[in-house]
Amino acid sequence: MRREVPLILTAIVGITMIIAHFIPPLNILKNLFEDWFFIIAAFAIYLGILNLILVNGDKIYKKQKGWLFGAVVILGFLVITIIGIFFSGGKSFQDPGTPFYYIYMNLYYPLSATMFALLAFFVASASYRAFRARNVEATMLLLAAFILMLGRVPIGEWISAWLPEGYRLGDAADWIMDFPMTAGQKAIMIGIALGVVSSALRVILGLERAYSAGE
Amino acid sequence: MSSEVIGIWIGAILTLGIFSFLYKDNPFYKFSEALFVGISAGYWFVVTFWQYFVPKFWDNLSLAYSELLTKGRVDYHWIYLVGGFFGVLMLLRLVPKIGWLSRWSLAFIVGTTAGLQFTRYLESNGILQVKGTIMPLDLTYPKPFIAHTGFIITDILGTIWCNLLNILYTYSHWVLVVGTFCGLIYFFFSKEHKGVFGGAARVGVWFLMITFGALFGYTVMSRMSLLIGRMDYLFGIWLGLY
Amino acid sequence: MNETTNQEKKTFWEKLLSIDRRIIFLFIAVAISVPLFFKTSLDMPVSPVVQEVYNAIEKLEAGSKVLVSFDYDPGSMPELQPMAESFFRHCFRNNLKVIIMGLWPQGPLQANIALDQVFKDEDIKAKNLQYGIDYVNLGFTAGNEVVIDRMGHDFRESYPADSRGTPLSEIPLMRGVRNYDNIDLILNLSAGYPGTMEWVQYAVDVFHVKLAAGNTAVQAPSMYPYIQTGQLAGVLGGMKGGAEYEIALKRPAKAVSYMFSQAIAHGVICLFIIIGNIAFFSLRKKKTS
Repeated sequence: MRREVPLILTAIVGITMIIAHFIPPLNILKNLFEDWFFIIAAFAIYLGILNLILVNGDKIYKKQKGWLFGAVVILGFLVITIIGIFFSGGKSFQDPGTPFYYIYMNLYYPLSATMFALLAFFVASASYRAFRARNVEATMLLLAAFILMLGRVPIGEWISAWLPEGYRLGDAADWIMDFPMTAGQKAIMIGIALGVVSSALRVILGLERAYSAGE
Repeated sequence: MSSEVIGIWIGAILTLGIFSFLYKDNPFYKFSEALFVGISAGYWFVVTFWQYFVPKFWDNLSLAYSELLTKGRVDYHWIYLVGGFFGVLMLLRLVPKIGWLSRWSLAFIVGTTAGLQFTRYLESNGILQVKGTIMPLDLTYPKPFIAHTGFIITDILGTIWCNLLNILYTYSHWVLVVGTFCGLIYFFFSKEHKGVFGGAARVGVWFLMITFGALFGYTVMSRMSLLIGRMDYLFGIWLGLY
Repeated sequence: MNETTNQEKKTFWEKLLSIDRRIIFLFIAVAISVPLFFKTSLDMPVSPVVQEVYNAIEKLEAGSKVLVSFDYDPGSMPELQPMAESFFRHCFRNNLKVIIMGLWPQGPLQANIALDQVFKDEDIKAKNLQYGIDYVNLGFTAGNEVVIDRMGHDFRESYPADSRGTPLSEIPLMRGVRNYDNIDLILNLSAGYPGTMEWVQYAVDVFHVKLAAGNTAVQAPSMYPYIQTGQLAGVLGGMKGGAEYEIALKRPAKAVSYMFSQAIAHGVICLFIIIGNIAFFSLRKKKTS
């Protein structure tokens, strides 16, 4: 029961989704499964959030190191959730002018954007310390990165302005993107496609049972 | 002070809080980070509630219920209870004794995703990409090029560079076909990479290195763009220096 | 004397390699910030992939319907917002009808911010564009690629009404629009999942509609195989792509003004890499000798 039901479920749902592509009347069932999928996905997100609250709540209760920050996590969560559910006009909660929109634009957006912007500094530091032309492969990576980084900004034009048109750094960068880079990307893409197809088949046919295995 | 100005100040202070990590880890950064975690969780809770839970579950059940009350008939929208049932099973993961029931919900998600992606990845990312790689290969010779820049050193460097690019431009389709083929050979691990096969795999690695170099360059560009956005916010919008 | 000089050189390279990373951070901060104070408009050539996007829109006749999908959040604004404004300028300048939607919750909000900016232009203002006739915002619908798939059969399956709650049947612009057969071009602004790849997989390859895209620089290289096979008409890659598009439109704006900062930052990083490698090889040479 514990193992069989998940395998049967996966097989039925997976086969229906594939066959519906070829037999249009089955689209009704496909659409239903897709809607159920989104309901379950919503609960999966709630599971993650609940877990976060439990972990931080436990930290506060046991007064572990950094429990004050755990309180900040829960407080931030409660404020935006209560405002978003009860005080922002229902389904139009994201419209400009609502309290939720205000919190989103002045708290969430600056924090989120700055977290990603931090990466710019670390990329520079990592490039300086670790980006070395140790062997042929690393040198090729380095050269490609160089030509791209310079060719995609006006500096590339300034450095290579003495060369005839069509042979400047920007043109070299465009060629690298259009041909060798595309070739590598295609190989990766086709490889991933074959991997996805074989994994999907294995999962649907019950050969892959990792998700239904014991805890 | 208008709410807009207060909002800009809050955003700027939190931005500086996150940036303070660059100097060293400190309570100001930890506070900003904890706030970010809490607000992110809350944001996704609210979005999921109003955009997924309410329209796909609550509204459908409300419709079914009103049909039952007003017309006395059982409407097909009651079937959405099944989705809700699986959703609740997912939450049971937190209860150790009956946590295994969440595998049923996981099985549903895995089955739907596998079925949906099977056909699309096979066609769009597999078959059409292979089809696009089958192309006529140029057998012409590249035209020699001599650079005239006015200085002998730049003439020599320019001639070498331009002729190298000429060769690459002429045999671009070869580069694409050979690169794709050798890249795929590299990913074939069922056969040992020795001899001719190993040589082809090595060529594949070179193409992959060029790809990763390009990806690195573009990633740097993207991260710098985000940083430009934040600096523009701090200097242009918050401080109003320009 | 030689030994002392060799020791000094060694110390210098070692010192350089072990420099405090905060100094590197400072260099980057200065390289990004200082150019922002110089409102420089740099000229740059338009790359072929960007030109293809421009041509795809330019080829459309007046009155053609363009579906613009906003699949990004404010975190990607520096890269994608200038592209959004340029798309709108191009479409409205050429009297195209614009249908806005989003697969990300914040997408349609970004569209409204872009529209507010574009409507300040004198030439766009003069056209006196009407909501519901010249453009419409369908808003966000949850469902990712499922939304794209269902729209291929009937828009109303995913969007029974627009973002203001008006049924599609009551919107003049949407009266002749049932599915992708009635759309002349899809423009997608994407920062991740769901995004351009899903549009290619579920709209282009199933319903054979034309698609052009604007992507963040992280995502743009992954789109090149689709351009090579013709599944994607062209792509604007990152801030540079946005800047090139503004140049093609002959309307340099935010993306072009940011390129000076971008150029200096890239130059600084390249310099760091060169110095790091020189130091590395010098030290390695010293060790082997």
